[in-house]
Amino acid sequence: MTEALVSIPALLARNVAQFGGKPAYREKEFGIWQSWTWTEAAEEIEALALGLLDLGIAPGDYVALLGRNRPAMYWGLVAVQMAGGVPVPLYHDAAAEEIAYALDHCGARFAIAGDQEQVDKIQDVLDRLPGLEHTIYLDARGLRKYDHAALTAYTDVQNAGRSWRERFGDELQRRRDGLGYDDTCVMLYTSGTTGRPKGVVLSNRNIIETSKNSSEFDHLRPGDEILAYLPMAWVGDFIFSVGQAYWTGFCVNCPESEDTMMTDLREIGPTYYFAPPRVFETQLTHTMIRMEDAGRIKKALFDHFMAHARKVGPDILDGRPVGGWETLKYRMGEALVYGPLKNTLGLSRVRVGYTAGEAIGPEIFDFYRGLGINLKQLYGQTEASVFITQQPDHEVRSDTVGVPSPGVEIRIDDSGEVFYRSPGTFVEYYKNPDSTASTKDAEGWVATGDAGFIEKDSGHLRIIDRAKDVGKMADGRLFAPKYVENKLKFFPNILEAVVFGADREMCCAFVNIDLTAVGNWAERNNIAYGSYQELSQHPRVLETIRGHVAQVNRSVAEDEMLSGCQVHRFVVLHKELDADDGELTRTRKVRRRIIEEKYADIIAALYSGQDEIATETEVTYEDGRKGKIRATLKIQEAEVVGDSQRMAAE
Amino acid sequence: MVKDAADPIVTADGRTIGDVLMDMRGITLRFGGVEAIKDISFDIREGEIRAIIGPNGAGKSSMLNVISGFYVPQEGEVWFRGEKRPPMKPYQVARQGIARTFQNIALFGGMSVLDNVMTGRLTHMDSSLLSQAIWWGRAQKEEVENRAKVERIIDFLEIQHIRKTPVARLPYGLKKRVELARALAAEPKLLLLDEPMAGMNVEEKEDMSRFILDVNDEFGTTIALIEHDMGVVMDLSDRVVVMDYGRKIGDGTPDEVRGNQEVIDAYLGVAHD
Repeated sequence: MTEALVSIPALLARNVAQFGGKPAYREKEFGIWQSWTWTEAAEEIEALALGLLDLGIAPGDYVALLGRNRPAMYWGLVAVQMAGGVPVPLYHDAAAEEIAYALDHCGARFAIAGDQEQVDKIQDVLDRLPGLEHTIYLDARGLRKYDHAALTAYTDVQNAGRSWRERFGDELQRRRDGLGYDDTCVMLYTSGTTGRPKGVVLSNRNIIETSKNSSEFDHLRPGDEILAYLPMAWVGDFIFSVGQAYWTGFCVNCPESEDTMMTDLREIGPTYYFAPPRVFETQLTHTMIRMEDAGRIKKALFDHFMAHARKVGPDILDGRPVGGWETLKYRMGEALVYGPLKNTLGLSRVRVGYTAGEAIGPEIFDFYRGLGINLKQLYGQTEASVFITQQPDHEVRSDTVGVPSPGVEIRIDDSGEVFYRSPGTFVEYYKNPDSTASTKDAEGWVATGDAGFIEKDSGHLRIIDRAKDVGKMADGRLFAPKYVENKLKFFPNILEAVVFGADREMCCAFVNIDLTAVGNWAERNNIAYGSYQELSQHPRVLETIRGHVAQVNRSVAEDEMLSGCQVHRFVVLHKELDADDGELTRTRKVRRRIIEEKYADIIAALYSGQDEIATETEVTYEDGRKGKIRATLKIQEAEVVGDSQRMAAE
Repeated sequence: MVKDAADPIVTADGRTIGDVLMDMRGITLRFGGVEAIKDISFDIREGEIRAIIGPNGAGKSSMLNVISGFYVPQEGEVWFRGEKRPPMKPYQVARQGIARTFQNIALFGGMSVLDNVMTGRLTHMDSSLLSQAIWWGRAQKEEVENRAKVERIIDFLEIQHIRKTPVARLPYGLKKRVELARALAAEPKLLLLDEPMAGMNVEEKEDMSRFILDVNDEFGTTIALIEHDMGVVMDLSDRVVVMDYGRKIGDGTPDEVRGNQEVIDAYLGVAHD
């Protein structure tokens, strides 16, 4: 290695030299997987970088990228860096308003948009963005009639770049060689559960050191395959699909469309796979629903072997000793049930699988581990370039998030908040020194905002809740909403839950039903419903949910410290909490403050002892228009394990 | 109100609409003693989106069936691409380059989306039955070419995820899209859409509107459509024919039609002070 590997373009050059003819990117288009080798990808990237120079990109310019996962968008990330700029991938499902904020905040001069929808969003807010000079679009469809004064097709930019190679080639070389280890590699906006999004600046050092450490930790290798389907604006996708992919030299596969992800997963059969708990939950729910429809023999076989898998599967995976008969039976199950099921799920070849972002239900986790899929948990955040802790092979549990990742130091302060320091620790929040200072101290320790503790025996970290959400109830008992919400969400019928109780005398909750699971149940039981709202208020649905809440209360009551968090009263909401309405972040985390404001009337009713509440809620459609829905919600009393507490509504 | 064929027509978004593609002259259609269409004349020009609107029973669907050759009018002439069209069988009309979708979806329920759309290519296949049966030579080459065209349409209408799903399993809105895909697969000169938005919710209507506009823009396909939803019609179409009780009571750009008192009275309801 002659060249120092201090930037993504430098890694690209190394990969061309080492793996030139191996596939770097694949994308399914027109029903066929198209692929690009490292050499071909490098040519495309260079053409785009030259085209950007032709458009006048200056070193340090910010370039926003908006679009779903496609090879050309990934090339955009690298080309921008190659041309000396800073790529800023944004959430492609963000509303025009959110995009306007980010574009204005970073002062982007250029934007690369995936299609007409993204171009429209940019044009809607163009008058507020004097800095934005030019938009490059990928999919030309529907854009023919647009004014092309400041709008150019991606391929046209590349072609211009190719024809100007002589003129800009040297300049590009200079800029590429000038990239240093501490220059900015990428800027990512955190969705932020509170306040405005912040631009997290990550340097080449952050990304490359982290990618190196984490790739070695899990023994990733060239020839591995991943499916890139999570938002490009999310730090995880940048680490997996750019950082680790370039460090290791494995192949990034892009699905045909967002809706074909499951089919594409099966066709590619990734060896390294990441999904938030929600995806695993959905897959499991679908499997269970389909098994309900299967014949009696198949169903019996499935139930029998899955019970066995739950019992011994995780032990076999972790290499713990298991009896001879049990092992034999597991092998039979592998041939009859586990193998075919993994194949259907597209997870046959997974060597390393991760889930993170939210807690995953122990049943769900054990289901996949039982099948022999090496699913692990990690704990991370944008500011750490993902990795803070992760679970080593053979030390996997559903209730911990693992040991500190290589190179990461962890410390827990007196209040229980988790702090870390690592090579991946972000440089700063862009144009926000106050926030930077309050998050990262002079010695480089970063506050995660999460409360947790390190288990004495195993050295694994356990996260309880967001530190700022952990509070006290009116009588001084500990209040940890997420702890209870997670327990509720582990039921397939419950999609989302929000628990209230800080500074109050008892806990109350909002519950969202899962339309797939509950709808299927309704169909099976001949329960007719016309809408989500109607189904959510059906007496038998309410009864089922009441049962779930009671069960959670019993489990919460077992923990003496948290027994105050039992849910006394709750409502099943008439609409799904939605990121478009600002109730969730784009990564689907609950925004408590906004929900508390928006549904203040329902919360008041929960605490006032009313037995129903008529309410009106504003909803935002996908295109940004607003509408209103009205509903009368029946407030439910939940069974509480009687400790010293008073009964709910007396 | 009817514009002379020689006048260039400029649409609201500044496009000039081309030559007359189809000219309906003095069409009268009777079912026994009932006159469904009474002496109606209008034209459809190349590259435009032409809407036919009117209250229930106005004769819109009959008109569409005359255009598609399913009904033969008792009086009047249909001119297509500068030639007077003799009475024809529907398949002959299809060969001429006219494709349609139906108000009540008419797909092959047991077949996959892909196969359904492939049937739209039928008029473009001319290898023999034998060579198709053994899938040899010309038939093989033809199928590959046709599949490539069909895949572009599948991509265009964003139905990749249901490519292999049997149509009967699909929800209504998607079936409508598959019908549109099949009609497009025939690469028609003129595309007839019979109530493309009927029974759809707001978001499905928006999607469908976008697809119709994109088809018109991307492939340059001339589109004639019947629609109930006034908002959709006014936003989508370049020109509108308004029918009532089998008569034509208005013809022009959406703005012209909107201002026409007879149309307002008949269709949009009489305004009260």
